[in-house]
Amino acid sequence: MNFVTPQITWAPLLPIIIVLGAASIGVLIEAFVRRPETRRTVQLVFGLVALLAALGQAVVQWASLDGGGTTVMQFMLTVDRQALAWQTMIVLFGILGLMLFAARTRAGEPAFTALGSTTPGSIEETLARRRGLQVTEVFPLLLFAVGGMMLFTCVTDYVFLFVALEVFSLALYILVALARRRRLMSQEAALKYFLLGAFSSALYIFGVALVYGATTQTSFAAVGRAIDVISDRDPMLLAGVVLVLVGLLFKIGAVPFHSWTPDAYQGAPTPVTAFMGAATKAAATAALVRILYTSLEPLEWEISWLLWAVAIASMVLGTVLALVQTDVKRMLAYSSVAHAGFILVAFAGLTGEAIAALPFYLLAYGLATIGAFAVVSQVRERTEDGSVGAEAVRLGQWAGLGKRSPLLAGAMALFLLSFAGIPLTAGFIGKFEVFSAAVAGGGWPLVLIAVIASAVAAFFYVRLVVLMFLTDVPEGTEDAIEVESSPLTTAVVVFTGAAVLLLGILPAGVLDLYQGAAQFLVLSNG
Amino acid sequence: MFPFLTILVALPAVGAAVLWALPAQARSRSREIALGVTGLELVLFIVMAAQFDKADAGAFQFSEVHAWIPQIGASWALGVNGIGLLLIALSVILVPLAILAAWREDADLKARRDYLALILLSLSFMVGIFAARDVFLFYVLFEAMLIPLYFMIGRFGGVQRRYAAVKFLLYSLAGGLIMLVAVVALYFAGPGGEQAFLTEHLADLDVSTTTERLMFLAFFIAFAVKAPMVPVHTWLADVAETARPGTTALLVAVLDKTGTFGMITLCLVMFPDAARWAAPGVIVFAVISVIYGALLAIGQRDMMRLVAFTSVSHFGVMILGIFAFQQTSVEGAALYMFNHGLSTAGLFLLVGFLVQRTGTADVDAYGGLQKVVPVFAGTFLVVGLSSLSLPGLSPFVSEIMVFVGAFPVAAAAVIISAVSVVLAALYILLTYKRVFTGPVREEVRVKELSLRERLVVGPLIALMLLLGFAPGIAIDYLRQPSADVVAQVAIEEAGA
Repeated sequence: MNFVTPQITWAPLLPIIIVLGAASIGVLIEAFVRRPETRRTVQLVFGLVALLAALGQAVVQWASLDGGGTTVMQFMLTVDRQALAWQTMIVLFGILGLMLFAARTRAGEPAFTALGSTTPGSIEETLARRRGLQVTEVFPLLLFAVGGMMLFTCVTDYVFLFVALEVFSLALYILVALARRRRLMSQEAALKYFLLGAFSSALYIFGVALVYGATTQTSFAAVGRAIDVISDRDPMLLAGVVLVLVGLLFKIGAVPFHSWTPDAYQGAPTPVTAFMGAATKAAATAALVRILYTSLEPLEWEISWLLWAVAIASMVLGTVLALVQTDVKRMLAYSSVAHAGFILVAFAGLTGEAIAALPFYLLAYGLATIGAFAVVSQVRERTEDGSVGAEAVRLGQWAGLGKRSPLLAGAMALFLLSFAGIPLTAGFIGKFEVFSAAVAGGGWPLVLIAVIASAVAAFFYVRLVVLMFLTDVPEGTEDAIEVESSPLTTAVVVFTGAAVLLLGILPAGVLDLYQGAAQFLVLSNG
Repeated sequence: MFPFLTILVALPAVGAAVLWALPAQARSRSREIALGVTGLELVLFIVMAAQFDKADAGAFQFSEVHAWIPQIGASWALGVNGIGLLLIALSVILVPLAILAAWREDADLKARRDYLALILLSLSFMVGIFAARDVFLFYVLFEAMLIPLYFMIGRFGGVQRRYAAVKFLLYSLAGGLIMLVAVVALYFAGPGGEQAFLTEHLADLDVSTTTERLMFLAFFIAFAVKAPMVPVHTWLADVAETARPGTTALLVAVLDKTGTFGMITLCLVMFPDAARWAAPGVIVFAVISVIYGALLAIGQRDMMRLVAFTSVSHFGVMILGIFAFQQTSVEGAALYMFNHGLSTAGLFLLVGFLVQRTGTADVDAYGGLQKVVPVFAGTFLVVGLSSLSLPGLSPFVSEIMVFVGAFPVAAAAVIISAVSVVLAALYILLTYKRVFTGPVREEVRVKELSLRERLVVGPLIALMLLLGFAPGIAIDYLRQPSADVVAQVAIEEAGA
């Protein structure tokens, strides 16, 4: 095999270069800025500026893109409208996530531990806390995750996709472990997430090896063409394709590859959960869309049973398990599993409609997810000495929140209604689009199951609304809960709330954008 | 042209927003503001209704069509024919009365403000639903309406209110989601494109018989939940028992009409073949509703539950009229939708006044009231008699029209249903006897109807008398649209 120096067109990669470059500089800032407080400010401002610049750059590219797009590295990287649509979304989630990462309580307590390397409950931990140490590495880690995910959306090669997958996954594994409170749970969650993630990565790369063995190709388009030529009953090819899909379905969090979700969602610091829940799903969906449409389309018939089965299992199990949760974060985690099922419903028949429907669905879902977890991070327990404690995540603790702070509870209700797909919220339009795509592709039974799952899911979303608005604060616990809002979190809640409502009432503009982006640039030769 | 309908839809929503934005010191004025908004709405409606061309009542007038979400074929399309106009009339008349009836509730200014804002919001949705000419818009409003209602039931009312609110929501949501599948399917069954969901483009669907039947059923189930029809009626009694009388009155008198309205304007028009196929079954369920609802009403001790079950019975009559596909019966059903609104709202509100005085809706807690509060007793009797279809009061006309119209095609159903008239006499008169006649019970202290309360019930009785003696005023608006619906069903039959 000859290695040829690749020809790289750098310009279309600018948004990703900005983000990853900023992440690298962020690591240097860690080394050179000594005072924790200054370092935090520098990291925050620097990170925000970098993400905004990347967002601006992506938007400019999207607007000025003529034709289908640009191949950056032959067969490896393609920046087309579809990729830019996902990239802008992920950067947006990154900006909102960064704001949540930086939010602190009025007493100045961040969501992250003072020093990640100390043993929970040890004297070193207390000392680190007393010294006012802060893990500001979270900011560059977030940038790495965002950069990796952006790369993930425009890669057109199975091996290269693995690199992007690891770039963002590794950053997320670390972030999950850094909670300030309930640290053991956080570290346990990170370990589970890491082990299962490593396992799924191994399955993925094994799958790629098998696909390569069957087709001697690694780029999406070339594999697609090879499938047309060789028999589509080739067991090695099918096994490889199934393993590749398993790797991606793991990231989406679909049953039976969902078991990391509840633990990771619950154990991770809430800002990380918010970012991870929204952005990982978007990035993984983006990659899944590209692979299914540009590479595996000839196998549509062979893999549809897998997608159908996983979709049904995710919707049913996610919904049923969410019903019995008593922890808000776990409930939202299982609801995310159900949503993974709804996402897969769109792939029925691999219709063109799905390519436009999914970005909207993920945008609506991501905004509501970030908003909901931003609200969760504000509802705190009050400790015995009167200071603000950990997040109040038991469902019962949310009783009467609507009376305590109606606007916050109202925003939460809006996000929940959007999850449930009630009209006039973004979630409804998203669901409608996805169901339309599925019906167009002949996915009738899937849509029926999705509808039944939605009806059941409405029950647990509404249960939280009932708790917040229709239940009185239990006797004697009037002071047990404190709403701890910081300007940054409030800004995130206001932004996501307004966006969810606006996308629910006037979605035409955004739908138009995504419809224009519903095409891939596929190289015809090679 | 002046966008009457858009303004009628938007005005109450703006009013609700104003109420929520009200500074704390101005909150004591929330009732006046809410009443003012609905008053303005009523005036605006009257101006619009005066320009309605009665000679062409079957056509959609005051039409507005704007692109809303062209990507999925949804438009902001409004327009009313005679039936829609009459139901919007019912909404804009009843909402101010419900606000007036709730004048003294809620000492807490914030709670009062919230309640009034929710009522205004639901008025927006009601008008929107009755004016929608786009199936997607109809669906969105039909579902969104649940949100204000859910909070109206769940936050304001009796001990069991949370249970009732959740039950109501889940029933409606389940029905609505089934309908969603059919709405999605409609896009592919219809012409597609940027105005795919306009009702006029969906009248002649080219789909297989099975698909049409399934889609019909999906829509019908959602509407049957709303129109409470046996066996999906069980949420209604629980809601009626615990919710505020004003809420219940609006819910049963107006919002539930979205069910029967949908059956006439969507089910029959879009799926005429399937409607004919389903008619025998639907009529059987309608007759069961008529009789079963009346029997249940007789067995109730709680007056709110009782009135709720009478409504199940009356809705059965409407559905019987609709699915008999006869000019007179459909006309009668449409008229009944309006008249039932008047009489049921009157009953709920009057029972509500009693509950406000004593705190209980239990029949056995009262006795001999007619000697203590003669005006109250008289009013109750008149409204009650309207509910049992006494000639001279408007519901009589519509019920007779349904029975006479449906008799040639569904004689057995009509004969059985007619028994309900006797049962109605039982449940109304027995209630009247227990509550208002007999020896005066000293421990029950009840005050006479106040001026405000008379202002609430007065207009209802006046309208019932007017339409009882001169039903032609309303029927003029209904003849043309009913004929169109019947023709739509019949043409398909001729073609098939």
